[in-house]
Amino acid sequence: MGFEGAMPEISLSINGAQVTGTVEGRTLLVEFIRETMKLTGTHTGCDTSQCGACTVHLDGKAVKSCTMLAVQADGAEVTTIEGLAPEGEMNPMQQAFNDHHGLQCGFCTPGMVMRAMALVAENPDPTEAEVRHGLEGNICRCTGYQNIVAAVLDGAKALRG
Amino acid sequence: MEEFTYTRPATADDATGAHSAAEDAMYMAGGQTLIPVLKQGLAMPTDVVDLNRVDDLAGIQVTGDAVTIGAMTRHAVVAASAEVKGAIPALTVLAGGIGDAQVRNRGTMGGSLANNDPSADYPSAVLGLGATVTTNQREIPADEFFDGMFATNLEDGELIKSVTYPIPEKAGYAKFPNPASRYALVGVFVAKTAGGVRVAVTGAGQDGVFRPAEVEAALSADFSAAALDGVTVPADDLMTDMHAAADYRAHLIVVMAKRAVNQANGQG
Repeated sequence: MGFEGAMPEISLSINGAQVTGTVEGRTLLVEFIRETMKLTGTHTGCDTSQCGACTVHLDGKAVKSCTMLAVQADGAEVTTIEGLAPEGEMNPMQQAFNDHHGLQCGFCTPGMVMRAMALVAENPDPTEAEVRHGLEGNICRCTGYQNIVAAVLDGAKALRG
Repeated sequence: MEEFTYTRPATADDATGAHSAAEDAMYMAGGQTLIPVLKQGLAMPTDVVDLNRVDDLAGIQVTGDAVTIGAMTRHAVVAASAEVKGAIPALTVLAGGIGDAQVRNRGTMGGSLANNDPSADYPSAVLGLGATVTTNQREIPADEFFDGMFATNLEDGELIKSVTYPIPEKAGYAKFPNPASRYALVGVFVAKTAGGVRVAVTGAGQDGVFRPAEVEAALSADFSAAALDGVTVPADDLMTDMHAAADYRAHLIVVMAKRAVNQANGQG
């Protein structure tokens, strides 16, 4: 029913590529993504589950990868910020953050964009209030959020086509 | 984080078996509290028994007179459930306001109840609706489940399987969220049930969730927000911390109760 050894082997899809790895039970998903997979676009901001900079998609849903064990993603499909721009060209939500300057230092931005993409997938035409409620799990200490909200509304519009 | 032995059972029986076989085990539900607790070294179990692959602990069942929610049902699932909304809309309001979207995608009802954080939302629904907690061993009435801050009457290794909420005539939930954490600074669940009016307050009590006698008495006489004009709740047993003083929380209880009653009555 479980893993016999202390080091579970996991297999999951990250940005469409199937990967396997050996982890400890206590290894966090964000540690696996950053340190094992070397995908450093996912940030650890607070490490106390509050800031949302580490947000990734787990089977399409936004989760905080610092508040999940890597072994819990075994068999799942994970998308990180790198997965939004596989060819190096920004996707419409990233472009909207650029257009609206929805950032200052940029540290929270990967989490903001990943959360925004999940929000728009569930609700393609959100109101400003829905965007603000939807971003409650992502903290930005620079901007005051105004341009982030504008970016998400515009990104949603662009994604609707 | 300290090392632990990780197990991933597929059934509830395997989970309780793994728990009892281990030296010092903890169940992991959604992990939205437990993982931060483990990181800080506030808990150092030898074993973590992960419930996330125990399929028979998740799910929602609605009958004519009750809503039964599996312990591992995630907050986002309850919040989005048309069935729950049809039967007890206040429950979807409550679940949709827990933490934030990412937390709601992982966090579970059973985990929230077993942890019994004094500012968690779910305990107020369980106590306010007079729900029944079903474990692998027994059925526990809401009035006997909670046992003070971060404490319940669950035995060591006892596993919550589901909670059954009787469908009330009407119910509402309103909270004043802490602006940073979204936990309830004060949350009030009100319900008008066949057995009378029940009110439960979270976020405020020194001993966790509780039923405010003054508010229940006023609403039993007249289930309207106006009935709470002039009602006061004693601040003696309420929490004072960096976020709010006890007398402010006492004030907020009445304000939130009014909002919850208006919601229950379909008046906003």
